[in-house]
Amino acid sequence: MSAAQLELRGVTKRFGGVAAVDGVNFAVEKGEIVGIIGPNGAGKTTLLNCISGVYRLDGGDIRWQGASIAGMAPHRVASLGIGRTFQIVRPFGSMTVRENAAIGALFGNADGRRGVREAFALADEVLELVGLRAKASHPVSSLTIPDRKRLEVARAVATRPQLLLLDEVMAGLNNVEIDEALDMVRAVHATGVTVLLIEHVMRVIVGVCRRAVVLDFGQVLAEGEPEVVLRDERVIKAYLGERYAKRLQS
Amino acid sequence: MQSGSSPEPLLKVHGLDAGFDAGPVLFGIDLEIAAGELIALVGANGAGKSTLLGVLSGLVRATSGTVTLSGEDVTNARPEALVRQGVAHVPQGRRLFGTMSVEKNLLLGAFLRRDKDVRADLTRVLDHFPALKDKLAREAGTLSGGEQQMVAIGRGMMARPKLLMVDELSLGLAPKVVDRLIDVMRDINQEGMALLLVEQDVLVALDAANRAYVLENGRVALSGFAAEVKDDPGVRKAYLGL
Repeated sequence: MSAAQLELRGVTKRFGGVAAVDGVNFAVEKGEIVGIIGPNGAGKTTLLNCISGVYRLDGGDIRWQGASIAGMAPHRVASLGIGRTFQIVRPFGSMTVRENAAIGALFGNADGRRGVREAFALADEVLELVGLRAKASHPVSSLTIPDRKRLEVARAVATRPQLLLLDEVMAGLNNVEIDEALDMVRAVHATGVTVLLIEHVMRVIVGVCRRAVVLDFGQVLAEGEPEVVLRDERVIKAYLGERYAKRLQS
Repeated sequence: MQSGSSPEPLLKVHGLDAGFDAGPVLFGIDLEIAAGELIALVGANGAGKSTLLGVLSGLVRATSGTVTLSGEDVTNARPEALVRQGVAHVPQGRRLFGTMSVEKNLLLGAFLRRDKDVRADLTRVLDHFPALKDKLAREAGTLSGGEQQMVAIGRGMMARPKLLMVDELSLGLAPKVVDRLIDVMRDINQEGMALLLVEQDVLVALDAANRAYVLENGRVALSGFAAEVKDDPGVRKAYLGL
């Protein structure tokens, strides 16, 4: 069996006496799109923060392409090829869309130093990919919510990641806007990027994920193909609710 | 235009234009809410839904048109005057005071009230959201997303409004939590409070509502009974993705 691109082994993170993430094991293969779902407070974002180096682990190990990255600072993790977005987007409000994307290209540096001109060239490439090319010169303050989400993805993609961690980039979008955003995720994925995403919107999980991992109380409750996981009685009880399960069947 | 059978609706918006320095957002909005109705307001991001809520709560100025509450002109009244008149706004993203306790956040909703029923109303809110009962002393920012939304809605209820406007109830919440909150919305509505729900999860909103308005590019593109709006081919294509 070949080594997974990303492997979580007993990952544990405590806040005070509470284990927000409690012995999580799972692996992501190169080229997959994997979804993480679970109730509010289940530890999903905490887990992403562990992977991207924002939090230090209290137990377990995280292995990236076979080597441990546990305890590494976020900028080191980013430079190894793990990019991420944040739930609350914080673009540089006084800059243009293009300048914001270029910042990701300048400071992400997964493949060595990059000059300003090169960073802008990469920014243009990435904006094309996420569908923001036409708005490159717009101030970010003029962007709608879906476009702000696109820019958040663009900033992360501009760091040239091999693995992209997306934290609820489709929250606040309606079904049609979600379908458009899914096309963007597929386009990024098609360039060879592995994707690990958190979402509460099942249209996303069923739409692009090959596998879903369900977290509950910091632990893996279920894992597998979305269609199977979403019919799992434990997942319905802890997360989806009976009404959703009925809607899914009809 | 199915409403308006009674002489004076609770809320009447007529020919409303509004916007910001950057440009106009709303154009000639007509909307009515009768006492005790549950209304869904849907539309794409950028259609003007939150701007309309902003006008109705006195945060955004109307440049033309009128807003009346039970027949009284309240166009461009100050936010605190509108709260006193019975309009409460649960903003998008909850906007709690994260380092203050849950109880203080809830009581802030009653900031303008001088009556003796505030404590009784707090009990009533907690009966709707029993999950908050043993968390009153906790800092609001440490609660889960679903619980924070309960605090935000509860804070709005504490103003004892005639109309409660909730912007993006389902944002970032687990499906089961959304269902529970919708149930509470229905209960509150049954008790007589009119509700205006702004939702991206259009299906959830239309299933809960009596009537619905669809905003497109700052204009009311469609309005009617929620079931009819849900079956509208344009709505199914543009918002439900069916």
